[in-house]
Amino acid sequence: MQLLRGIAFLSVASFPVHEARARQAEPNGDRKDHMAPNYFNEMFTDGAIRQPYAGLESWQRGMPDELRNLKQAEAEALFRRIGITFAVYGEGGDPDRLIPFDMFPRVFTNREWGKLSRGVKQRARALNAFLADVYDRGEIVRAGRVPARLVYQNEAFEKAVVGIKPPRSVFSHIVGIDLVRTGPDEFFVLEDNCRTPSGVSYMLENREIMMRMFPSLFRENRIEPVESYPEVLRRTLASVAPQKCDGEPNVVILTPGHFNSAYYEHSFLADMMGVELVEGQDLYVDGDYCWMRTTEGPRKVDVIYRRIDDAFIDPLCFRPDSMLGVPGLMNVYRSGGVAIASAPGAGVADDKAIYTFVPEMIRFYLGETPILKNVPTWQCAKKDECKYVLENLHDIVVKEVHGSGGYGMLIGPRATKSEIELFATKIRENPSNYIAQPTLALSTCPTFVDEGIAPRHVDLRPYCLVGEKVELVPGGLTRVALNEGSLVVNSSQGGGVKDTWVLAE
Amino acid sequence: MLSRTADNLYWMGRYMERAETMARLLHVGARMNLIPDTVDGFRSEWVSILQASGTFAAFDKKYGEPVERNLVSHLFFDRDNPSSVAACIATARENARIVRTALSAPVWDALNEAYQELKELERTPRSEISITALTEWTARHHALASGALESTLLRNDGYDFVHLGFDLERADNTARFLDVKYYVLLPDAGFVGSGLDNVQWQTLLRGMQMHRAFHWAYGGEVTAAKIADLLILNPACPRSLLTAVEEAVKHLDRLAKSYGKSSPAQSAAQKLLNELSQTQLDDIFDEGLHDFLDRFKGNVAEIGTQVSETYLIGAAA
Repeated sequence: MQLLRGIAFLSVASFPVHEARARQAEPNGDRKDHMAPNYFNEMFTDGAIRQPYAGLESWQRGMPDELRNLKQAEAEALFRRIGITFAVYGEGGDPDRLIPFDMFPRVFTNREWGKLSRGVKQRARALNAFLADVYDRGEIVRAGRVPARLVYQNEAFEKAVVGIKPPRSVFSHIVGIDLVRTGPDEFFVLEDNCRTPSGVSYMLENREIMMRMFPSLFRENRIEPVESYPEVLRRTLASVAPQKCDGEPNVVILTPGHFNSAYYEHSFLADMMGVELVEGQDLYVDGDYCWMRTTEGPRKVDVIYRRIDDAFIDPLCFRPDSMLGVPGLMNVYRSGGVAIASAPGAGVADDKAIYTFVPEMIRFYLGETPILKNVPTWQCAKKDECKYVLENLHDIVVKEVHGSGGYGMLIGPRATKSEIELFATKIRENPSNYIAQPTLALSTCPTFVDEGIAPRHVDLRPYCLVGEKVELVPGGLTRVALNEGSLVVNSSQGGGVKDTWVLAE
Repeated sequence: MLSRTADNLYWMGRYMERAETMARLLHVGARMNLIPDTVDGFRSEWVSILQASGTFAAFDKKYGEPVERNLVSHLFFDRDNPSSVAACIATARENARIVRTALSAPVWDALNEAYQELKELERTPRSEISITALTEWTARHHALASGALESTLLRNDGYDFVHLGFDLERADNTARFLDVKYYVLLPDAGFVGSGLDNVQWQTLLRGMQMHRAFHWAYGGEVTAAKIADLLILNPACPRSLLTAVEEAVKHLDRLAKSYGKSSPAQSAAQKLLNELSQTQLDDIFDEGLHDFLDRFKGNVAEIGTQVSETYLIGAAA
């Protein structure tokens, strides 16, 4: 499992996208007319300061370089002391590496957030309705709105889950929606994350550290708090306890272990929620239930918030060589002895081919108009669209349908000729494994750099919680591409994080 | 609590304690080496330190020559030696990291800070750090961490497991400390009770920072018998074997009470405590100090095994 799965890459900007079309048959338009980069600056527009950032102007001006360096060092020391570090698989180097923290906050007005929030919740509801449907009668497929092949032949479609109805019919309890902004009112969903989106600990710790270092900022600006997230998460998880559970449900977080790059987050959330952090070896199945090994003997487990992938949950059901899961767990799950969040199989809703159909899901299940736009996407599985993609590889971004974390993708404007040729061959060999998107003009937010303050590109991941209710804490994780001109916010490639503010009304 | 959590807490306690012991042993060795040799060809005191630490064979294989520089590497910095101060701090911190949910933030802060500073130390040229500084650094961080534990950790079963780790490790370590004198060969029997013999005993006292407590408790001349009494049988001495076992009994009792179930470790520890409280110093010297300590270490190890079997493995019902 990758930390920050799926929000690794933001596309490279070459022109602004004017309109997103949900199911674009021929997304070819007159694209070449808008080649000049024209990035939306979230703080300064036409030389004037946009209202949400008004409160930061004097703060930033009143900070001489020495003070700024001092504060930056203080922030880093705090992160290190708390132990928020991040290890990237296979990269070697310092396992205690920090994700760089930028002190300049990213700000949304209440009105902006209101729209985002409604859009994110709408999407989370639709994605869950879709999951409940495809593991049941598959009405959306029968209605011909989503191709059967994309669902039932999807790698992430778990046959073992068909017919299981999880409590409250919720499959994805924590939905991370990756958003980018291209204008004052232009937001696009880049990707949905229905499995186990990570990074929420940064949202909470970034805020904690900002409040510690700049208390006056929080007195002068009215900023919506995010600290209720762990409590809401706990309530959400408890609300999906199986019917067989009587009394207060025993909720646990299942981690692959302390060598995992996101272990800090697992332990942080367990701590903040006041629940046990378990590994596979701490659990076992006996009879109709799952138990954990405690100093006082076995204790029944009711809800498992798992931070391991489907394939590792139960070696008897999925990968037989997995040491991370619990043998027999799927049987207990199937018979309603334990709830698993996110439910096994939830991944079928968040791959890049299904992504295209989310607006369709919103219309189909909810009867609503999608509030958030999709980035127009070409399906290489479709002949005419594939042809277009192959002709325009140097302009666009190509992604593997199941790829995540910025792996297995081509960034046309940045690629060499041979890389493009290599990708063209791969696409021709297996077209349905690829989708393509135009490059986006991501918004920028002022960021502290060596020379002072400069605009840098940002994205946003809010975390929507789905249980008895659908809830969204006002905030999220803003990632920032710290290198000048870069649109890659991946932490392994010079990306950092920022505190994200939503101003109170 | 999760058995694995209890296991991590217990070993966190053990490694914290062991880190301090190793630093103190290093200090004792350095000090003994400052005492002038009286006889030609007298072996380095470092060997006795290595024997007591239980890592002589590993040292001999990797370093050979028992000179100060190698000893500092081996006992303080070498992560290949699982008992070196650096390895102990890293392991204690890793155990803490795994069970952060069961610790208070100040405890984690203290251990993590020690670890971060350790990495600084590792980068510092060796010529710029004295053994005294290393020992004091280790003792200070031990004090910070255990202080944070005492003042902020919830007094639940987790607290008891950390303390069991401390107590059993301390019992074992004090016994090892005392045993240093067994390995320090006096040039011949004529030196028993001589000035050199006493100076070595005093160095041990200093190594445990017990020399002033000694004067308060016993006064008068420093003799081997008084020191052995202080470190083995005196219930007022925080490092004595008796105190360590007494504390272990206390925490095992608390666990048994809160779980509503007695344990084999509890009765074994109680038995050892009863035995110690009835022991006279003469009995120990009659048995032979080294043999007594060996037997004691065996008893403590046995209690450790029982703790593990009852609480830390988490057998299914």
